Amino acid sequence: MPRLSREARHPVTIILNGKRASGYAEPRLLLVDFLRREIGATGSHVGCEHGVCGACTVRVDGKAVRSCLMYAVQADGRRVDTVEGLGDDSSDLTALQSAFRREHALQCGYCTPGVLMSISDFLERNPKPTETEIREMLSGHICRCTGYAGMVRAVLDVVSNGGAAESPKSE
Amino acid sequence: MKPKGFDYLRAASVEEAVDGLKEGGEEARIVAGGQSLGAMMNMRLVEPELLVDIAGIADLDYLRAENGALEVGAALTQAELLEWSGLAEQAPLLHLAMPHVGHFQTRNRGTVCGSIAHADPSSELPLSLAVLGGEVKLRSASGQRTLAASEFQLGMLSTARRPDEMVTAVRFPNPRPGQSFAFREVARRHGDFAIVAAAAVVSDGHVRLGIGGVADRPTVRDWEALEGSALDDALNEFAWDLGGHDDIHATARYRRELVRRIGRRAIEEARHA
Repeated sequence: MPRLSREARHPVTIILNGKRASGYAEPRLLLVDFLRREIGATGSHVGCEHGVCGACTVRVDGKAVRSCLMYAVQADGRRVDTVEGLGDDSSDLTALQSAFRREHALQCGYCTPGVLMSISDFLERNPKPTETEIREMLSGHICRCTGYAGMVRAVLDVVSNGGAAESPKSE
Repeated sequence: MKPKGFDYLRAASVEEAVDGLKEGGEEARIVAGGQSLGAMMNMRLVEPELLVDIAGIADLDYLRAENGALEVGAALTQAELLEWSGLAEQAPLLHLAMPHVGHFQTRNRGTVCGSIAHADPSSELPLSLAVLGGEVKLRSASGQRTLAASEFQLGMLSTARRPDEMVTAVRFPNPRPGQSFAFREVARRHGDFAIVAAAAVVSDGHVRLGIGGVADRPTVRDWEALEGSALDDALNEFAWDLGGHDDIHATARYRRELVRRIGRRAIEEARHA
């Protein structure tokens, strides 16, 4: 592969929530900024910008990752799933999202898109987690509203009601 | 913040990566998972001119047990190591330490070798490598060499890696018969940087304890047949020798107390493991 110059904007194509999406990126453009500014997918939020808060968490090839610690050029050709892909349409909530609403697992909602993407990857790999495992997974997110208790209840609710969180519709 | 501009090279092979390093000189950096480097670049603590991405090099994406050690290639993620079914048996100390490495979300991209190359004094993987007496394999365009963990990590975020070299693998020696292990750490939240971390290896009267988070690198000490107050005295001496300092996370005094307490707990836990 040729060296990509810092000066130029390079074409980047990703499969975003099952659909092809293209834009241009300098090597330094963070994946989350590419999603928001180039593609217009503003569901993923920018928080701390150094991988600590988890607000920007998206799934790349199925795995929950910080999109502020990944460059758009690194995502070229890969599958990216964001909160916009969770429901079938904008008014349709997954079992996990419904449980979040029911259990007051969000208040301001800033951290929620990232938390949902973490949980959806986590539950696919570990469909029957213990409360301790859920809390460990949530330790990778910072929420300043809820105190996390509602999130833990929402995940336990989804787990005990038989359904793992629904997968992004690209699958 | 956003990183300063840089050129980007996605290396398809180790040869291409080391050629990139040779060309880029001191201004080039290797990136694999980018979970430490990316954060430092966003904060503009590091401003490389060239990033050489090795995450896609298939030859480095491996985990193999051979010649008495578990060898981990530079593209293998922390999540892949943690999820490996043989971990508890083949590398019991790593099995205990890995859940403390970052978070679920950062382990998905962060690599084992990347954490060791980054050389944070409070990180669990460099501590585990040091206490097990492991090795680091380095490669440059002109050759390769293997360094002992103690020769590799020289200080805080500082290693013996030359600018034209990359870490291609690390080797964790297999457990020997009769050895047992324990890992303990104290952090503000699970997955945060350890204030103090302790890794113990115990076998037939011999005790080895490694401490991270106090000195500028993980530090290992060996004792023979220590019990009761002799163990307390040895731990106290070790705690003072580490020369910890005050920072926003903890005072030096608190760190010494943690060395005495979780050091002892790790040793006792390993004895009963």
